[in-house]
Amino acid sequence: MPETKTMTQPMISINGLQKTYGSGFEALKNVDLTIEKGEILALLGPNGAGKTTLISTICGISVPTGGSIAVGGHDIITESGKTRRLIGLVPQEITLEPFETVLATVRFSRGLFGLGPNPALLEDILKRLSLWDKKDTKTKELSGGMKRRVLIAKALAHEPQVLFLDEPTAGVDVELRKDMWGVVRDLKEAGVTVILTTHYIEEAEAIADRVAIISSGRILLVDEKSQLIERMGKRSLTIDFDRSLDALPDSLAGYGLTQSQDGTSATYTYDTRAERTGIGALLRDVNAAGLSVRDIHTAQSSLEEIFVSLVEEDANAQSRAGKGEAA
Amino acid sequence: MINLHAIGAIFYYEMARAVRTALQSIISPVLSTSLYFVVFGAAIGSRIESVEGVSYGAFIVPGLIMLTVMTQGITNAAFGIYFPKFIGSIYELLSAPVGVVEVVAGYVGAAATKSLIIGVIILITATFFIDIQIAHPVAMVVLLITICFAFSLFGFIIGIWAQSFEQLQLVPLLIITPLVFLGGSFYSITMLPPVWQTISLFNPVVYLISAFRWSFFGTADVAIGISLAAIALFTAVCIGIIWWIFKSGTRLKS
Ligand SMILES: Nc1ncnc2c1ncn2[C@@H]1O[C@H](COP(=O)(O)OP(=O)(O)O)[C@@H](O)[C@H]1O
Ligand SMILES: [Mg+2]
Repeated sequence: MPETKTMTQPMISINGLQKTYGSGFEALKNVDLTIEKGEILALLGPNGAGKTTLISTICGISVPTGGSIAVGGHDIITESGKTRRLIGLVPQEITLEPFETVLATVRFSRGLFGLGPNPALLEDILKRLSLWDKKDTKTKELSGGMKRRVLIAKALAHEPQVLFLDEPTAGVDVELRKDMWGVVRDLKEAGVTVILTTHYIEEAEAIADRVAIISSGRILLVDEKSQLIERMGKRSLTIDFDRSLDALPDSLAGYGLTQSQDGTSATYTYDTRAERTGIGALLRDVNAAGLSVRDIHTAQSSLEEIFVSLVEEDANAQSRAGKGEAA
Repeated sequence: MINLHAIGAIFYYEMARAVRTALQSIISPVLSTSLYFVVFGAAIGSRIESVEGVSYGAFIVPGLIMLTVMTQGITNAAFGIYFPKFIGSIYELLSAPVGVVEVVAGYVGAAATKSLIIGVIILITATFFIDIQIAHPVAMVVLLITICFAFSLFGFIIGIWAQSFEQLQLVPLLIITPLVFLGGSFYSITMLPPVWQTISLFNPVVYLISAFRWSFFGTADVAIGISLAAIALFTAVCIGIIWWIFKSGTRLKS
């Protein structure tokens, strides 16, 4: 029953993917990732995490050194003719032939991917991206945001089922970023699977269905975005005391405070989205314990900290798993 | 299955680029070659005795056409593939469902077509200044097409190999131009002292010019069979190198 097969088959499945560059640098370390049809997946990670490498490998620009990738059930190496027609790529850098007109470059892309002319479709794509009135303009005369949209139009010209957007909103102003998100939502509506990379948490939050966090060439976590937001909702409150405490009083035991090395401060973690943050009670109890407070400050965990804590968790989990196996 | 639409797209794009830059890509080579006809053919040529029974003005026509189509084929093909590499738009080519056949047919086909057009324009221009007869017209056309294609293949390799504009200019300037000048564009190698005749036989361009000149005047420096074999060998080596480049991804993929 081929029909059931296509229904359950993921759009992209990546198994044990490894990429070591000619320089010997290991950019992807055993990546496993499954992307479902029609979802928007945000690949979130700091600069140098391997996001572009991962995308380039799926698109066939970079050659994998280990593992396998299937797109629409076809292997990207042995059936590259099929997988490549399914994929549209919007690169991170703006790379357009400067002297070509918008319409000419989009038409070129469609032909390159093996399809005959379809002026009505190209008109529709350009209109959707608000580029139709610029169709005869040379790309070098466009603004940065428009150039990026031309790259999107080029990637859509062959009606791909999967679209990769590599940092589509890096260096783009707020207005345009919202526009871009709108475009992505429209694409999802049209049934296109979208994978976008970003290092902005807010971006992942705004448009993704799922978020994969990548750092140093490894996928640390793939989750529905709601889970991730929960982690991001955590804030910390640090209380500086006027002297160093050997230990915190028993009355504060319930707050799960962590003491600084020198004992002069304690940190409390809470969820800003929770109904009761517990800050009031904590401060009352600190007061009741007779501690005098010199200063108080709060901090939101940054993306960097989330990564660090994820990496640590990951390492712990792995060592626990190791012990489990041994036992 | 060959992606014909892709070949068409690349070919069309490259030809459109030539039209956009017609002044430097077509008119300028035609004009500068025509100057040779005026100077060597009409002005000086009348004072030089005929070479192998052919007036000097006519004698240099095949060599000059070769000189131009070779350099044009090389520069056009080299630039055609180097430019997307340079600006980064090559990502699209590398992620498209195209292989060596489509890319070569598109880029090399366009470069060869451009140099062929230039060659034909120069030939027509030459007839305005010089009286020319073509002994073997069919052979002449076939040779011209083959040589345009062969040198566009060679230029394509240079374009992939080059990592800067300097390197892009290097091979045409330092290797091709001297080889063509010393390859008998302006003289018959039989006019050289014996030692230099032997050395000349190591210059591949000698075979091309000799064969091409044979198609015009029916006489050649080198036996036509040897020339044809040399041209075929050169083309085959270029195709082999390009095939290997695509198979290994050298200088294209990371
Ligand atoms: N062609 C290359 N050769 C060697 N190392 C590379 C190459 N491209 C990228 N890298 C390295 O691989 C790592 C991941 O890069 P990249 O995938 O571009 O990260 P991201 O897109 O997440 O910022 C970086 O450390 C980068 O320096
Ligand atoms: Mg990147």
